[in-house]
Amino acid sequence: MTVETLTSYDQALTRYEPVLGMETHVELGTASKMFCGCPTTFGAPPNTQVCPVCLGLPGSLPVANAMAIESTIRIGLALNCSIASWCRFARKNYFYPDMPKNYQISQYDEPLCSDGYLDVEVGGETIRIEIERVHLEEDTGKSTHMGGAGRIQGADYSLVDYNRAGIPLVEIVTKPITGTGALVPEVARAYATELREVMRSLGVSDVRMEEGSMRCDVNLSLMPRGSSTWGTRTETKNVNSLRSVERAVRSEVERQAGVLDAGGRIVQETRHFHEETGTTTPGRSKEEAQDYRYFPEPDLLPIAPDPAWIEELRATLPELPSTRRRRLQAEWSLSDLDMAAMHNIGAIPLVEQTVAAGAPAADARKWWMGELARRANESGVALSDLAITPGQVARVGALVAEGALNDKLARQVIEGVLAGEGDPDAVVAARGLKIVSDEGALSAIVDQVIAENADAAEKVRNGKVAAAGALVGAVMKASRGQADAGRARALILEKLGAS
Amino acid sequence: MTLIHKSAAELAALIASGEVSAVEVSRAHLDRIAEVDEQVGAFLHVAEDAALAQARAVDARRAAGEELGPLAGVPIAHKDVFATTDMPTTCGSKILEGWRPPYDATVTRRLREAGLVILGKTNMDEFAMGSSTENSAFGPSRNPWDLSRVPGGSSGGSSAAVAAFEAPLSTGTDTGGSIRQPAAVTGLVGMKPTYGGSSRYGVVAFASSLDTPGPFARNVLDAALLHAVFSGHDPRDSTSIDAPVPPVVEAARQASVEGLRVGVVNEFSGEGYQPGVLARFHEACALLEEFGAKVVEVSCPSFRYAMPAYYLIAPSECSSNLARFDAMRFGLRVGDDGTRSAEEVMALTRAAGFGPEVKRRIMIGTYALSSGYYDAYYGQAQKVRTLITRDFTAAFEQVDVLISPTTPTTAFPIGERADDPMAMYLADLCTIPANLAGNAAISVPCGLADEDGMPVGLQIMAPVLGDDRCYRVGAALEAAYRDRWGGSLLEKAPAF
Repeated sequence: MTVETLTSYDQALTRYEPVLGMETHVELGTASKMFCGCPTTFGAPPNTQVCPVCLGLPGSLPVANAMAIESTIRIGLALNCSIASWCRFARKNYFYPDMPKNYQISQYDEPLCSDGYLDVEVGGETIRIEIERVHLEEDTGKSTHMGGAGRIQGADYSLVDYNRAGIPLVEIVTKPITGTGALVPEVARAYATELREVMRSLGVSDVRMEEGSMRCDVNLSLMPRGSSTWGTRTETKNVNSLRSVERAVRSEVERQAGVLDAGGRIVQETRHFHEETGTTTPGRSKEEAQDYRYFPEPDLLPIAPDPAWIEELRATLPELPSTRRRRLQAEWSLSDLDMAAMHNIGAIPLVEQTVAAGAPAADARKWWMGELARRANESGVALSDLAITPGQVARVGALVAEGALNDKLARQVIEGVLAGEGDPDAVVAARGLKIVSDEGALSAIVDQVIAENADAAEKVRNGKVAAAGALVGAVMKASRGQADAGRARALILEKLGAS
Repeated sequence: MTLIHKSAAELAALIASGEVSAVEVSRAHLDRIAEVDEQVGAFLHVAEDAALAQARAVDARRAAGEELGPLAGVPIAHKDVFATTDMPTTCGSKILEGWRPPYDATVTRRLREAGLVILGKTNMDEFAMGSSTENSAFGPSRNPWDLSRVPGGSSGGSSAAVAAFEAPLSTGTDTGGSIRQPAAVTGLVGMKPTYGGSSRYGVVAFASSLDTPGPFARNVLDAALLHAVFSGHDPRDSTSIDAPVPPVVEAARQASVEGLRVGVVNEFSGEGYQPGVLARFHEACALLEEFGAKVVEVSCPSFRYAMPAYYLIAPSECSSNLARFDAMRFGLRVGDDGTRSAEEVMALTRAAGFGPEVKRRIMIGTYALSSGYYDAYYGQAQKVRTLITRDFTAAFEQVDVLISPTTPTTAFPIGERADDPMAMYLADLCTIPANLAGNAAISVPCGLADEDGMPVGLQIMAPVLGDDRCYRVGAALEAAYRDRWGGSLLEKAPAF
């Protein structure tokens, strides 16, 4: 094994122009599999969701899932694709133990959807990613290699779970993405993020990257600056999160630049991304192009969607994420940059739901982008994974607006909700967090503070109003933060005759 | 006349009226199998207990006053290509030896539901590839007319069983002639329904775009009755046609060719055709005219390319269909000693489990689908297929049915063509076009060849979903021959 020298990312970009391509597989959330009636529930015990068809038993035949075809067409429409008026499934032939028939029913030169695009935003700029094709196929089973490094080479034995075999899978392939320069990792991530949101808005998949219901393969090559000939590309698999998409691209840029700088050549191969190291290692070589011997699937009829039906699907598409963002941005009167910041950390739907729960947009945004973003960041979780609901955030905001809480107390309420102490009102009650608005109680505290801070009080009496700050601080401290600071200040000045 | 010599329709009537029990009928056929099958070799598996249980169930239903279907209680021999939960399904291959499917083929299920009694599974060329049953991994079946000759193939066990009176009916599958050719060389009626007219679900696939299940019987009406029982739309087979089954039973009873336009395919004659076959064929043409049909010659120029196109399309599909036999989930597993990789076990299993003809076709198909060769082979063959379909369409604008000899020769001796694939392939010369176009086609007996005294078959081809025409013309000829021969052709068969 040769030791590869990396070239630093910035250095690499001065010499090479990256060319990116994304192949994304999305498991459709249909109730049954692509070609049989088996359920598609994730996490069932191995080989319990199988039948003669998805096990590829001799004599079994596929019947196409109409809902999967409809979902694929809706994806194609959302990605601005042309929908084929007539197309066929094709068999992709290769031997692998987790593929029951040793061919995959897929689509080859007649994809259901082609020639579309998806606009993504990177650094406040819109970049148009061209979509080559969207096609429908069946998933394979899942192999688990026991012993060795968990890879098939060197394993003691392998286990195959066919529950996944035959789950409908949509493959979305971009055209080569050029001209991104140093932004290439961010572009890759932004594309994957946007695509995931489109899938969510369509309701066609749960797009959970960690469960494999959305899988990104990153194709990358480097071309020396000034050249017009593309370099050899690698295909990186096992990229299981949006963050990994970005890291995998960056790592491949550095690795390939290192190889090229050292006078080496890039091997056309599949590579595996490793979460722990953020690097890729070689997998199957594709130097000898595998011949899949595609031919039209004779067991299935061609798909010929009725144009009127396609138009009906187009007319009933939900509002797509980019349109929605533009609408919300206008409604909330936010700048592009603010909106981009919210988009980047996935705050938009949370803010939207908080607004729906009654909070003013500015308040909702303030909490999610401020206190909550900070806490999510600290604990290393996604904003949406925090143990607080938009409804609860709206309630905290309402308590502040009513004057029952100040910002400091509100932060304590949020802390309580996150700690599982219940709803905001429950936390307020349990922790006794309430602004002291009772004049008598406040007056008594002020009197006590004046008595204990005779020097400061004297200064205020003598006209040094600025010295009142120390007294207000003391009142807040004595009231454990529950006093209304403005009211306390007014009282102090009044009592010291300085008002 | 003993029970085994009766037709399926007669047996069904006897059972329905209570004159004989279904158990007696099955018993008689099981005894016949025990008596002759060692010599004929029609069966790979005889399911005596299951058969008698099914027969008893039919008798019980009758006793309970239930209305029985038209073939209830009638025994049947079932080609070993159909999945059966209670019997092995081997396709004549070592690689599937002993495999018991966890599900029934649609045809199997419909036979059971109709009360037919499955006697057992019949021998076949491995994965239905062949014209003689010599490619069976379990040894050849023999022609009951002459045990030194082949019973045709691939459904040769099914033809031998019915011709030897081991069963009144049997099932087959026809990919390039695998029902019609064995029917022709054993003096039977054998029908290839319109492609998609009978379900392929549970039929172990050879060539998906061609495979068609169909019936064997000793007379046209029996074949039609069986056809009607197991065909028709099946939602589990996407290529199954969602249309009513053509009125095949009515057509078999109609038996008239008055005013019918009959086209003789010009291309299927001349060199390579046995004189005795052509003599019987020309007699049949004359008979049809005598009974009021208008017989004309029709040219189908693309038919001459049918065989080469078939031997690209069928192997291409089979190379993919047979990929699933990989030792992973079912069937034979060779070399799994804990040191070998999955890939090595797959290769060793396939090397040991497939016979030479299957390997030959997998190789041809793999080659024909390879990138760089696809257009020249598979792609070109599909174009020929389109041309053949056009020839049929043009022909059926002029005539109602097309006729030809079913096979160029009568049954050949066992071993004669075993080492000469090309000679073997010629047996399907006349039957292949109907598979490529998906048409309905039947073979009916039309006498014995003078040279060898072996049966000759006449093929009647009809348009897609024109299956009833095959039966109508077949029944008319059958009636004419019955007058001429004083009974069924099979009564001329030797001791069997």
